[in-house]
Amino acid sequence: MSDRLSVLKTYKLYVGGKFPRSESGRVYEVTDSKGNWLANAPLSSRKDARDAVVAARKAFGGWSGATAYNRGQILYRVAEMLEGRREQFAAEVADAEGLSKAKAAAQVDAAIDRWVWYAGWSDKVAQIAGSANPVAGPYFNLSSPEPTGVVAVLAPQESSFLGLVSVIAPAIVTGNTVVVVTSEKSPLPALSLGEVLATSDLPGGVVNVLSGRVNELGGPLAAHQDVNAIDLAGAAADAELVKALETAAADNLKRVLRPRNTDWTADPGTERLLAFLETKTVWHPTGV
Amino acid sequence: MTFEYAPAPESRAVVDIAPSYGLFIDGEFADAAGGKVFKTVSPANEEVLSEVAQAGSEDVDRAVKAARKAFEKWSALPGAERAKYLFRIARLIQERSRELAVLESLDNGKPIRESRDSDLPLVAAHFFYYAGWADKLGHAGYGADPKPLGVAGQVIPWNFPLLMLAWKIAPALACGNTVVLKPAETTPLSALFFADICRQAGLPKGVVNILTGDGSTGAELVAHPDVNKVAFTGSTEVGKAIARTVAGTDKKLTLELGGKAANIVFDDAPIDQAVEGIVNGIFFNQGHVCCAGSRLLVQESVQDELLDALKRRMSTLRVGDPLDKNTDIGAINSAEQLARIKALADAGESEGAERWAPACELPDAGYWFAPTLFTGVTQAHRIAQEEIFGPVLSVLTFRTPEEAVAKANNTPYGLSAGVWTEKGSRILWMANQLRAGIVWSNTFNKFDPASPFGGYKESGFGREGGRHGLEAYLDV
Repeated sequence: MSDRLSVLKTYKLYVGGKFPRSESGRVYEVTDSKGNWLANAPLSSRKDARDAVVAARKAFGGWSGATAYNRGQILYRVAEMLEGRREQFAAEVADAEGLSKAKAAAQVDAAIDRWVWYAGWSDKVAQIAGSANPVAGPYFNLSSPEPTGVVAVLAPQESSFLGLVSVIAPAIVTGNTVVVVTSEKSPLPALSLGEVLATSDLPGGVVNVLSGRVNELGGPLAAHQDVNAIDLAGAAADAELVKALETAAADNLKRVLRPRNTDWTADPGTERLLAFLETKTVWHPTGV
Repeated sequence: MTFEYAPAPESRAVVDIAPSYGLFIDGEFADAAGGKVFKTVSPANEEVLSEVAQAGSEDVDRAVKAARKAFEKWSALPGAERAKYLFRIARLIQERSRELAVLESLDNGKPIRESRDSDLPLVAAHFFYYAGWADKLGHAGYGADPKPLGVAGQVIPWNFPLLMLAWKIAPALACGNTVVLKPAETTPLSALFFADICRQAGLPKGVVNILTGDGSTGAELVAHPDVNKVAFTGSTEVGKAIARTVAGTDKKLTLELGGKAANIVFDDAPIDQAVEGIVNGIFFNQGHVCCAGSRLLVQESVQDELLDALKRRMSTLRVGDPLDKNTDIGAINSAEQLARIKALADAGESEGAERWAPACELPDAGYWFAPTLFTGVTQAHRIAQEEIFGPVLSVLTFRTPEEAVAKANNTPYGLSAGVWTEKGSRILWMANQLRAGIVWSNTFNKFDPASPFGGYKESGFGREGGRHGLEAYLDV
């Protein structure tokens, strides 16, 4: 053992491609599963949530307008960057979830593989979700999926990294931008993911990461008039909160993905990929 | 010289309306438990057509129980058998389409030309389309053996009573669900006639239940704890209330709500075709259309030419007896809706827009509103933001495609949009930029059972029609 004093990391939010502290100046203690102090994470405020929505909206036009191939390349680049930081994430996940080194590494490997899996969907989803429609008349008629817009994502509470990746990647690969609220007690892998995203050619604002209380941030995001959809995975344990958030979300008819009892290690299928898509149908007459 | 049209009324002898109707529950017509009834009138002359039952909570519960009981066997039927029932229904609708068209025009006020040539053919086609899906669900992209949800509670509007019924019932039944459907308060009759078609088709009891009533009946239905699926077409305001009702439950929800569609005309568009599209876009069905092209966005350089042609065309529109085969614009569906249209049109004037309508004689009895357009409309005007749901067109202008897109998207709605230009690449660019579920290019207000329909943003979520329409009724 070297007796060198290590350099601790200041964990910060990731909003609009930058790493701010919470505007509130608040932090909260993050501990490992045994209660040992790990870091002080930013305790995001409602204002931070609103700022993140502004950043996500600003990024939406460019990201949704990028070619599917380009989005796929960028997501793949994220996976490459994750691979390079495999050990760091394994250590963070082991601390966060109280897993052995091997089990934590398996979670990280699964998360990276999942990111690669979703990256490949970018230029295929339109082919499984769209259709050419044989209407009874002289018209060209085509339905294609488009991203819903700004998606608020409450990340799973227990699966701090594999679960996190499993809710972010499917939302952004189709062109949505997201504001993600990390696992409340285990925010560090998510905050570190921000550092990876910042160095992966992903435009700033496509993913915005907030750590803090789901109870404090969920409400403002569910009620926000410029958020188009909300994924309630992180509220799974609290039926009252789910009901309150879904009720608030009705105010501008957000698309709501209700929480289910999800095994994040299982094959995710296409549910989350298709949840935040709109179908656009274009008609045009045919004729000479 | 001008040609006068002789009256050409469709005979109403083809339809036999009973003086009163009960609720259709478990294959039988029955009075409401509370004994309450209400009258349905013809909006064209305020004649009372019939008296129908007002379903209360006890009736809702009985209908849901009947649907639940029928679900077990209906969902277990081989898809091919369910398909044959739906094919039978489609054929019966075709056989009785003249009767149903006349009935629809009487109860709703829409021109017979539209109920006969648009509504009824689409109703039959919708059942025919989804009949064919019933035994092919494993190929629809929702897993090898997708399951139905259970009992569907469906609430539909008055603008296309039978067509909205078809959009709701056909996919629900094809997927193996059973339904309790509430038609709109002002247009209950065609749904009750549909109950008779179910009887003629031999549809098992309880698979389709029809509850007539007002908004309170609809609210009871969507709140019933044993309903698994809620489908609603109507106003955005009610849609939001329903979304709050189902919050925190396992009920699957689809909503098809309001719109404020932009119909965008570029300077290279064929003006005559565009004018027809604009007229069809806003005056079809008296403008009682959620996807109506109620905002005309015209490129500044052709504004005068287009508006001249449009006004000329509007002057030829015939407003009057819905049963006259020459009628273009029928009656406004209800006194309440007429009042709403008048209030918004008055707001248009008081906020500074310029109102124009062709000279046209309106009948004395009934509810009528002349086709109207407003020029000098700004984006802040209420008539540019709020859904009027009547024959009122708001005209705005633009200079660049970017400006057209920004204005078109500048509402909380996102149901439909229209684009008129001869330039193909511009159509595709515009179609990409418009945040709307349906984009009609060089056409407008086209519908087909194979074509998914539904909105972005506050126009609701879920799709009706096509393969996409199955998802709303499957447990996926």
